[in-house]
Amino acid sequence: MIGYIIRRLLQSLVVVFGVTVITFILLHLLPGNPIRAILGTRASAQAVKQLTIEYGFNKPLIVQYFIWLGNLLHGNLGYSYKLNQTVTSLLAERIPKTLFLTGSAAILAIILAIPAGMWQAVRRNKPDDYVGTGLIFIFYSMPTFWLGLVLIIIFSETLGWFPSEAPQDQISVFSQLNGMVLPVATLTLVTLALFTRYMRSSMLEQSIQDYVRTARSKGVSNRAVLFKHVLRNALLPMVTLIGLSIPGILSGSLVTETVFNYPGMGLLFYQAAESDDFPTLLGVTLIVAIATVIGNLIADILYAVVDPRIRYVS
Amino acid sequence: MGLTITPEDVDPSGVGFRDPAGGGVPEGGEGYSSGAAWKMVLRVFIENKLAIVGLGLIVLMVLFCFVGPLIYRTQQIFNNPALANKPPGPGHLLGTNPVGYDVLGRLMLGGQTSLEIGFAAAIIAVMIGVLWGAAAGLAGGIVDAVMMRIVDALLAIPFLFLLIVLGAIFTTSILELIVVIGLVAWLVPARLVRGETLSLRVREYVQAVNVMGGGTRRILFRHIIPNTVGTIVVNATFQVADAILYVATLSYLGLGVPPPATNWGHQLANGLSYVYAGYWWLIYPAGIAIIITVVAFNFVGDALRDALEVRLQSR
Repeated sequence: MIGYIIRRLLQSLVVVFGVTVITFILLHLLPGNPIRAILGTRASAQAVKQLTIEYGFNKPLIVQYFIWLGNLLHGNLGYSYKLNQTVTSLLAERIPKTLFLTGSAAILAIILAIPAGMWQAVRRNKPDDYVGTGLIFIFYSMPTFWLGLVLIIIFSETLGWFPSEAPQDQISVFSQLNGMVLPVATLTLVTLALFTRYMRSSMLEQSIQDYVRTARSKGVSNRAVLFKHVLRNALLPMVTLIGLSIPGILSGSLVTETVFNYPGMGLLFYQAAESDDFPTLLGVTLIVAIATVIGNLIADILYAVVDPRIRYVS
Repeated sequence: MGLTITPEDVDPSGVGFRDPAGGGVPEGGEGYSSGAAWKMVLRVFIENKLAIVGLGLIVLMVLFCFVGPLIYRTQQIFNNPALANKPPGPGHLLGTNPVGYDVLGRLMLGGQTSLEIGFAAAIIAVMIGVLWGAAAGLAGGIVDAVMMRIVDALLAIPFLFLLIVLGAIFTTSILELIVVIGLVAWLVPARLVRGETLSLRVREYVQAVNVMGGGTRRILFRHIIPNTVGTIVVNATFQVADAILYVATLSYLGLGVPPPATNWGHQLANGLSYVYAGYWWLIYPAGIAIIITVVAFNFVGDALRDALEVRLQSR
């Protein structure tokens, strides 16, 4: 077990290293010269030269990479000249808000997906399963921003129940929950579609296993088979789902935050893309990638903990 | 294989996930050349009602977008402010948009772009993925390790984020958009094909080719790649659905196709400013067109996967 965890940990480190290389390459693919971005187009050649030396842009790329990596390891993600703030402080401001949005949506989605998936599996190939599956396919195939818009049209504009814009400042995000209803609902619905599909498949896969047939033939009631045997084993793969769905939920959050003008990391990223604020853009990319790697790692380790077979395979 | 969700259960608008472990890769691929196996695949596919519905919807959508404009003729070149924002009615079945274009005609035109980008990006993604995955799997050792770590690292960046960074770097034309989506979406097929290649290259017939002096290229193009066709086709189907959603999302975010070209996402983005004016015909038709198309491709992809799984199980 310990060996497995150490091996996965090392693999993850390699991937994170790869991500930093890719981010660095992207940084250098960017149009325009970073010095010009700071000084403006009318700066004198002298000033440009001075700053180039100061920032080390005259050094070989590989040396620049290690300088940049060293800065990263000290928590220095660069400086946003557009917003006149360090990327680290921008992220520190935005990450809690994104965590609040994505966390609420993920928890709600999993709470709803387990009974919904169970219901569908039990009622397999009956009309209500078809309706459920159809609905899930529709939500699954829906552009997130469109779902947000439709919710705004229905619940904000027509019914007037909830505001169409998320709360803006630091405190009201957590206190004016009324404004959080539609963003959380949007993100929950798209995530729910995926989770329910997964739960339904997981239930169906378990229900055809030999141990279920054994239990049935021993005379165990359907209800007991369902809850004591099938459900418990079907929940195992669900354990990994939260970890694995981190990139998806973060992408969904990016779109949701844009629709509802919710000041999280996703909106920061979007605005950075619009205003060519590359340090911020790549800072967020790096954080999101690291979150994804950690999510995968946690999913694998949790799965190995709950399902001993995994440990012995590789 | 059972009924587990496999990596093709992928994320369209970014919400969802691609199983990075690449679990559920069909194990091998022998026997694709035998007609009987393919007949069985076809039979299972046809028996699946959702697959037929999906296929029908795709055909209808293609006809609607490409043949529709020949029947329902509209003027889509010049602005006509006098006709702006008319509600649906005779003459304009779905009303007009803020610059006076007929919305139904616009829907057909935008659909052409969305479908073209979807197909083209899927083809690029699958082609790169197959070559990369098969090469890595066949090479093995350090080359395989390095190639797959590159895939791992790129997969760690959620697709939408990577797309937006690339979108910010390249000022997008339709061609660039196709290439950018293709360049991001090849990772999953690469992983799938590499997994299959690993199991294929140790098979007796591949070994036999090797012994008989068949070169690497021959093994790759004659034996490995043809045997991964099932996986490739299933993945490509989902790729089209995904690409359509990515184009829509990028267009909504203002990083999509520049005017005068239009696509469904672009039309939605334009309709956005009129949500409060109650111009529903600028919001619902394009959204519903996207959903129908993406649902249809997902139905077909699911059914294909099930059909191919049946073939694998009954070997």
